[in-house]
Amino acid sequence: MKLILVKLFQLNLKKNNLKFSVTVTLKKDVLDPQGKVIENTLVSMGMNDLKSIRQGKFFEIEVNDNDQIKAEKKVNDMCKKLLVNLIIEDYKINKLT
Amino acid sequence: MRSSVIVFPGSNCDRDIAVALEKMQFKNQMVWHKDTSLPKTDLIVIPGGFSYGDYLRSGAIAGKSLIIDEVIKFAKKGCLVLGICNGFQILTETGLLKGTLLRNKNLKFINKDINIKVLNDKTKFTSKYKLNEILKINIAHNEGNYFTDSNHLEELEQNNLVAFKYCNEKGDIDEKSNPNGAINNIAGIFNSKKNILGMMPHPERMVDKIVSNKDGLNLFSSLLN
Repeated sequence: MKLILVKLFQLNLKKNNLKFSVTVTLKKDVLDPQGKVIENTLVSMGMNDLKSIRQGKFFEIEVNDNDQIKAEKKVNDMCKKLLVNLIIEDYKINKLT
Repeated sequence: MRSSVIVFPGSNCDRDIAVALEKMQFKNQMVWHKDTSLPKTDLIVIPGGFSYGDYLRSGAIAGKSLIIDEVIKFAKKGCLVLGICNGFQILTETGLLKGTLLRNKNLKFINKDINIKVLNDKTKFTSKYKLNEILKINIAHNEGNYFTDSNHLEELEQNNLVAFKYCNEKGDIDEKSNPNGAINNIAGIFNSKKNILGMMPHPERMVDKIVSNKDGLNLFSSLLN
């Protein structure tokens, strides 16, 4: 009986969590000096087919909500209010399975 | 004149600015970032340093701290607010000043004395300086590369909202005298009401001849006026 309850609890936990990823990159017209240095280094290592590199940030976010639309809205709110500086950065939200 | 210096975990110029303020006879109080109310004050200073270890973006976490709601409230009522270095970064993160501070163009932390030119001597922060006066002030930052959109840049230039620009010893404002890549050599800006000043250079480090020079003193004596 105890085991069943634990199992049920775990299943419930899984159900209530949705996972998202957020990728933040500098906007196109903002200079990305770190990306530039990485690009130059890769080219000097012989990777001549490299066209360009932009460096960014990556977040993995779990939300206590099983409604995908609501959960995604919450993640979007987090991005706008803290994770992203909208003056210089763009972001993309992806649902993780 | 009463002043309040906000202290965050990672602030490291809070005591320097307090010494400078007290030397100029301000009645100063230190305010912890978790406080939810400010004492009666005429000037709020957000000091330099590395609040929250520059996590996420410089100033981003401090910009959401408890005391910041009060700072915004006071600022909107017209209280004077001065943000130096990390304080400038925090002010942009709160939205009290527009624009943002990017990583230095050369990707290096820069700590040296540079020259800046006073571009507006008609404000509460700069009235004791002369227009076009050249000051030698220390900078120490990794993200001092000021950036803003073209509309705001035009507003800054046309409405005299640029407080200081990086220049050489002669006062020429050019690429060579720009230490960090800041747009139009901008070192400090005002909000549209000119009661908020954000600047990357450290005037509080230039108040005593024994350690540096006295070029920062007039910023504080202007405020006393």
